[in-house]
Amino acid sequence: MLVEDMMRKPIHTLQETNSIEDAVKMMERERIRHIPIVNHSNELIGIISDRDIRDSKHSIFLREQSDEILTRPLHNIMKRDVFTAHPLDFVEDIASMLSEQQISAAPVTVQKQLVGMITGRDLLDTLVRLTGADQPSSQLEIKVKDISGTLAEVATIFHKHGVNITSVLVYPHKDGIAKVLTFRVQIMDPRPAINELKEKGYELMSPSVPGLFDE
Amino acid sequence: MSKRDAIFIYNHEQLPYEFSKEHPFSPLRQVLTVDLLRSLDAISDDDMIHSKSASDDQICLFHDHSFMEAVKHAGNEDLGNGSLEKYGLGTEDTPVFKDMHLAASNLVGGTIRAAHEVMEGKVLHAAHLGGGLHHGFRGKASGFCIYNDTAIAIRYLRERYDVKVLYIDTDAHHGDGVQWAFYDDPNVMTVSIHETGRYLFPGTGAITEKGNGKGYGFSLNIPVDAFTEDDSFIYCYETAVREACKFFKPDIIVSQNGADAHHFDPLTHLSTTMETFYAVPRLAHELAHEYCEGRWVAVGGGGYDWWRVVPKAWSLVWLEMTNQTSKAAGNLPQDWLTKWKEKAHPTKLIESWTEPSSMRPKIPRKLEIEEKNKNTLEKALYYIRENQ
Repeated sequence: MLVEDMMRKPIHTLQETNSIEDAVKMMERERIRHIPIVNHSNELIGIISDRDIRDSKHSIFLREQSDEILTRPLHNIMKRDVFTAHPLDFVEDIASMLSEQQISAAPVTVQKQLVGMITGRDLLDTLVRLTGADQPSSQLEIKVKDISGTLAEVATIFHKHGVNITSVLVYPHKDGIAKVLTFRVQIMDPRPAINELKEKGYELMSPSVPGLFDE
Repeated sequence: MSKRDAIFIYNHEQLPYEFSKEHPFSPLRQVLTVDLLRSLDAISDDDMIHSKSASDDQICLFHDHSFMEAVKHAGNEDLGNGSLEKYGLGTEDTPVFKDMHLAASNLVGGTIRAAHEVMEGKVLHAAHLGGGLHHGFRGKASGFCIYNDTAIAIRYLRERYDVKVLYIDTDAHHGDGVQWAFYDDPNVMTVSIHETGRYLFPGTGAITEKGNGKGYGFSLNIPVDAFTEDDSFIYCYETAVREACKFFKPDIIVSQNGADAHHFDPLTHLSTTMETFYAVPRLAHELAHEYCEGRWVAVGGGGYDWWRVVPKAWSLVWLEMTNQTSKAAGNLPQDWLTKWKEKAHPTKLIESWTEPSSMRPKIPRKLEIEEKNKNTLEKALYYIRENQ
């Protein structure tokens, strides 16, 4: 998946001459935590986060002082070295970047022009979409040997039963040798397909309470 | 003459809603239930109403016209396979069968009739155990459900009587179709307690699904863990439903009584016993009197152990409605057992109302499951507790 498939737009932006108060209000109104700062030609020149604002206000106890601070322009506190993403970046690379740099959002630019934003929340939403139930479906986890053709064989069994697969995940089993295929299938009664899988020697893993069926 | 307590809506003269003889969603379940009630001398012909089919206009209170047309055509075998899939028909779950539109409309008609009888003040409560097809979507069949009789009847209640409807769904599967139908509506509160969608169909019903826009806070989901037992299930159910009533103050309760949370059920992974199925209608009945001047419509739903679970669980709904639960003690009537013993083979009927304790599953980590369910319950109820 590419950044351009997931980034959010349109984006709420401010200019460096806007006040800190403008930023506070925009964050509250739009429920966002990052505002990219652009110049008159929509080029990205900085970013401001809720954390920058919090740092600038010092303390909630210094009411008067912070009121004065709120009128100051954003160029005083904005970050100018911004980690950006490109629309054609792979999402996993951007996820690593956010994690390594310990930041939670990155503006997306093309030739300095701001075209979108990608945030940690977008990544989480995508994770939920990829692993969750996008459509009514049951989930089956099948432990398989790590050899070619296995996924195809399992998928063929679903096909034979007219079962539509809505998502597939493959991940390593905790024994370090086998693989786990996780299917979401659009069927309420998966027993006929499960029975055939078992007949063919596949091990169904779900659901289980740890300890209940341990041999 | 004082108002009747309850009426039982039944469709036995009409076309059965049956996908095939082997399909788990079997109309035999209703036959067995009525037969058990008769054996118990708990129901008479006077208690029963034969409802009519719903009209096209009534179906379209909730469903898309194009979907209804597709169902009509599919039942006459003149809809190409490509279109079938778009409407969720012709799958292993919801195969096409002859005259399926008529059969499905009959079920809808029954639930509407139940709602009508209660609202017109003819009875306090009404049961229609053929209803409860909670997975049906506006334009798509899903999970054994063609038309969503319950969503249609709730819309009928809203449009005709403008009442606030509390929908309580204790089927082991999430009541997704009804929830999404009223997701924006603050006058319909949906409460579903079900096995977590981690594995089980339809996968939705997380605590974060709380409604949308004006309807925010009016969808309540309690997804309990696989292998949940009576104590925890009943605790979650009673706490959630009591608090939902206090928060929402409904005018009428519509309860969906799926009987598939039982540990015998072949499709789900919950581990309750018959005890849960005494508790579920008991509280719905109590709250209907406390909040709704008695107005209570009960429908059926899932439940795939036809022989050992569903007839008892559904009988209990009627027995509770008519204050006859004392009849549900000790052994089942001998004539019922004798009549069905052979047909149930290879399933062995259980002779008593409650299962012998030797048949109950032993669940390790019971305490952890209970703790997790309690956490889920607390999180799910957080919003309505804060917004009393």
